[in-house]
This record gives sequence, structure tokens and C-alpha cells, in this order.
Amino acid sequence: MITDTGIVVAFYVIGITTVASALMVAAVRDLIHAVLFLVLSFVGVAGIYVVLSADFVAVAQILIYAGAISVLLVFAVMLTPAGDRRNSETAFRAPAAVLAGLVLAVTVFVIYDTNWRIASHGQFGATAASLGRAFFKPYIVPFEVASVLLVAAMVGAIALTQEEGEDGAA
Amino acid sequence: MPALLTLITHNWYDIRDLSNLSGKIEQLIRDANGPGWLVFVVSALLGAAGIVSFIGVAAIINIWIERRVVGRMQSRLGPNRAGPFGLLQPVADAMKLMQKEVLQPKVADGLVFSLAPIAFTVPGILVMAVLPWGRNMALANVDAGVIFILALTSLGALAVFAGGYGSNNKYALFGAMRVIAMLVTYEIPSVLALLGLVLFSGTMNLSGIVLFQAKYWTPLLLVQPLPFIIYFISSSAELNRTPADLAEAESEIAGGYHVEYSGMKFGLFYAAELINAVSVSAIIATVFLGGWWFYKLDEVVPGWMIFIGKIYAVYFLFVWTRGTLPRFRIDQLLAFAWKWMTPMAFLNLVLVAAEVLIWNETGVSAGLVLPLYAVINTAFAGALIVAWVKVMGPKFSRFPERLRYYSQIDVPSLPAVAPRMDEGAPGLTEGRSA
Repeated sequence: MITDTGIVVAFYVIGITTVASALMVAAVRDLIHAVLFLVLSFVGVAGIYVVLSADFVAVAQILIYAGAISVLLVFAVMLTPAGDRRNSETAFRAPAAVLAGLVLAVTVFVIYDTNWRIASHGQFGATAASLGRAFFKPYIVPFEVASVLLVAAMVGAIALTQEEGEDGAA
Repeated sequence: MPALLTLITHNWYDIRDLSNLSGKIEQLIRDANGPGWLVFVVSALLGAAGIVSFIGVAAIINIWIERRVVGRMQSRLGPNRAGPFGLLQPVADAMKLMQKEVLQPKVADGLVFSLAPIAFTVPGILVMAVLPWGRNMALANVDAGVIFILALTSLGALAVFAGGYGSNNKYALFGAMRVIAMLVTYEIPSVLALLGLVLFSGTMNLSGIVLFQAKYWTPLLLVQPLPFIIYFISSSAELNRTPADLAEAESEIAGGYHVEYSGMKFGLFYAAELINAVSVSAIIATVFLGGWWFYKLDEVVPGWMIFIGKIYAVYFLFVWTRGTLPRFRIDQLLAFAWKWMTPMAFLNLVLVAAEVLIWNETGVSAGLVLPLYAVINTAFAGALIVAWVKVMGPKFSRFPERLRYYSQIDVPSLPAVAPRMDEGAPGLTEGRSA
């Protein structure tokens, strides 16, 4: 059983902030506001990782999502024409709501259905080292596949943006 | 002699070792059977108060240091009217900023506009929390400390973007987009530079990195000069300091992201830039120069004093580059990151990985290996820089191929413009008669 009231309070505060800002992403009209709320929600997820004593994952979450992915989204929003920069009404609104509701239902069902193993209380070791070992020993194949996939995506992006007739000078 | 050398007493009132004081307070709470969380709260508050007061004082003093030193380098006097040596100038500046009216454009995005200065200041202060100020003197001894630092420094740019976008001004938006572009490019070399150090010292904990340097009596700067250069350049780009201050560039885009800010909101941006400079100096001092450790000196002088000394040594380098180098163009700066620093950082990483592997496999003593690696890495860094200049650098030519003079350029003649009806500039004549 969890007994630390501080952890419980922290979990609820962070959890409510995360979910509320995630809802605001869909609710606000200005796309840049949506990106900023998304960053807040990413930071909230990092806070939940901190509550779970997964410090490396938390910090990596901030570095990658709040730092890098958000910058990517800012680029994407700034490069769209100003007319499309608001979260406008679309015909897909009702189907999207239904789909989101279904995903939520499945997630809640899985959460209640799974027999969770409760971790014992106490000191957690350094998570970065064990993560590294896990990546390079048992999960080496998925790790390499993901790396190759990312490289392929990068090469593909460069190939797509390279226009015909451009001189080859790098 | 040892008694003479140990100036530090273990009395709680000895401010030269602050951990005595906090230890005393914690002991008092434990003796009084206070609740366990109170110890954590009190020690967290003490550490935070110490860090915030250091940053507050540093932000005030550094304005003066920076202006005086840059003035000296540029054959000027710098501030010298308010108080002795102009020492009260920052106080006068701060009072002026506080009295100024805080304006907000009507078309600005209110909340984003107001939150941006705060969001810009916070990461710089938070970085200080994970840095060790002495043996066992880190506020938060985070295991993933290096990644924590990198994560926080990447957040600052988003705050700058929010400020530039929220101002709803085209110059501010130019500055904001430049910040984002610079962040994307310069994050990669800085991460790779620190990754090499993490690989070499075998830990991401900043206290661990300092202890590694203290154990082998080697500042990592000596063993890995190339990451130092790379990290120094990329952090000065992330800090928006003058060789790379394209985001504000007064002469091009009129102050960039903070063009619409005034009063204390502008003051916060200004202070945050100084705070971030101190934080990055502190990171470099910790990671490359050994933090609170300095050979035998840390047994005599408290570690935080050595650390502050090192912070200011690195800060002087930042002021030096600011005082002497001209500003880059944005394409030069971005190309420099992609074409020079990122490949160099990758090559350096490969070399460091090979060195660590050799060291671990052969088990040669550190006294032999570290000087050898220092020589190899310095030679490698020099050779790499020279090779890159030969391959990628601008070609020297006695007779430039590009046309230098306006008169040499063949400008197509403009189509004839029909004379306007209101010829004769009535405004001018009116002004003359009045």
C-alpha cells in the first residue's frame, strides 16, 4: 500500500494538470497555445515519472518531448499559412470524439483488468545504467530496428525535400 | 603544519563551510524528534535560499563586471559614475527598470506575453540545483544530472519563442524563429560533447564527474579539449551572447524577441540572460574544470569558494568572446553547427569510446593512460580543426571572384516612373514656411 501522503498529493496534482492541459490542447483555438499546452502536458508526464522514481526517463521525457518535439511542432505551426493556424471546426469532430472515447474505454478496461505487480517500497537504484543494459543485452534487436527506422525516415525526409535541378553542393 | 592548513573549523557559525550550519539545523530537528519530512523541507529550503541568493547577487554584480570588462577590452571606461568604480551602476539600472511603465501591445497574446520572462528565468536557476557546490553539497544529487541540465537548457529557447510570438511583432517573431533554429542546431553538438565526458567518467551524476576528476587529479578539460571547445561555442549560441546573439541583434531586428518588453518584464529577460550565463559557466566549471575540487586546495579552502572562482574564470571567457568577436550571420551560424561542430563531435565521440574501451580492457594504470590520452586528444582536436579548415573553410584567393564594388555590378535599368501629381513635396514647403 502507498502510505506517503506527499507522493499521493503530488500524483494527483501532476495528474490533474497533465490531463487538463491535454484537454486544453484540443479545446483551445490558437494552435500555438495548443503547442504550449502540449508542452505543459509533456512536463506533467515527466512529473509522473519522477513520482515513480524513474528519474532518467523523466529527464529524457523533458529533453526529447518538451525540448525537441515541441520545437518541431512550433516549426510545423509556423510554416503553415496563417489562415490555417487556428484549431478550426472540421467534419471529423464527432468521429474523433468517438474514437478518443473508445481509446479511453480500452485503456481504462486494461488498467482494471491487468493484475498489476506492486513494486516494493524502498530505494531504487540508478535507472540509466539498467536501461542501458536492457537496451544492449535483451532488447538489442528492437533497439537496432528502431535506429534503422529512424535513419531511414531521416534519409527519406532529405530525399523528399531535395528538389530537382538543385546543384549538388552540400 | 596540518593544523595550520585546516583553516576550516567544524563550528556551525563557520561560514566557510556552509554544510556545518545545515548539519546543525538538521541535528536540532532530529534531537527534538521532529517529523522526518521537516528535515527534508528545511534542507531543501536552505539549499534553495543559498542558490537563489547567490544568483541574485551574481546577476547584480555581473552587469557591472561585464560592462567594465567589455569596456576595458574595447578601450572604453565602462560605467564609472555611480559609486566607487561605478559599482552602484547595476543598482541604478535596476531601480530605473522597476520605475518604468510596463507596456503591453494591444495585439499581444496576454498570457503568453506575461509568462515568457518567467519561463525564461526558471530553467537557469533550476540548473544550479544539481551542481555540486562542495563535497556532499549538492541540493539535488540527481543520477541523470547531465541529461537534466541539457533538458533545462533546451526549455529556455521555447520560453524565448513564446515571448517573441506573444509580442505579435514581426521583429520579435524573427528573433523567436532564430532562437528556435539555433536551438535545434546547437543542441546536437552540445549533447554529443557532454556525452563524450559522460562516457569517459562513466557516470551522469555531476557529483560523480567531479569525484572522477578529483580521484585522478585531472580536470577533464586536459583530457578532452575538443568537447570543451564545442560545448563552449554551442552554449554561447544557446545563451544568445554576442558572437551568436542573432535573436536580439539590435542593429538588425531591433532587439528581437524582447523588442516589445519594457520595465521589469524586460528586466527579467535581461537578468535571466545573466543568470543563464552564470549557470552555463557553472556547468562548464563542474564538468570540465572539476567543480569544487582543485588539487590540494579544497582541503584548505571550502569547495564552494573554489567553485565560484572557477565559475567566474569561465564567465570571463564568455565576456571575452562577447567583447572581441563580431556577430555572425544566421546562415553562417547554422552552417557552422551542422558542417563543423556536429561531425567533429561525432568523430570525438568515436575516439573517446575507443579510448574508454582500451582503458577498461587493458587495465593500464591511470597515471600512464590519462597523460597519453590528453596528448592524443589534443593532437586529434588540432588535426581535426586544421583538416576541417582545409576542406570546408573559405578558399584563399588573391583576386576575389565575387564583384566587390557596386559600380562593377551590371544593374538593369529601372522602368521609367510616371511623374506623380503631387510633385513638389508640399509637406516640405509647409514645414519650411512654419
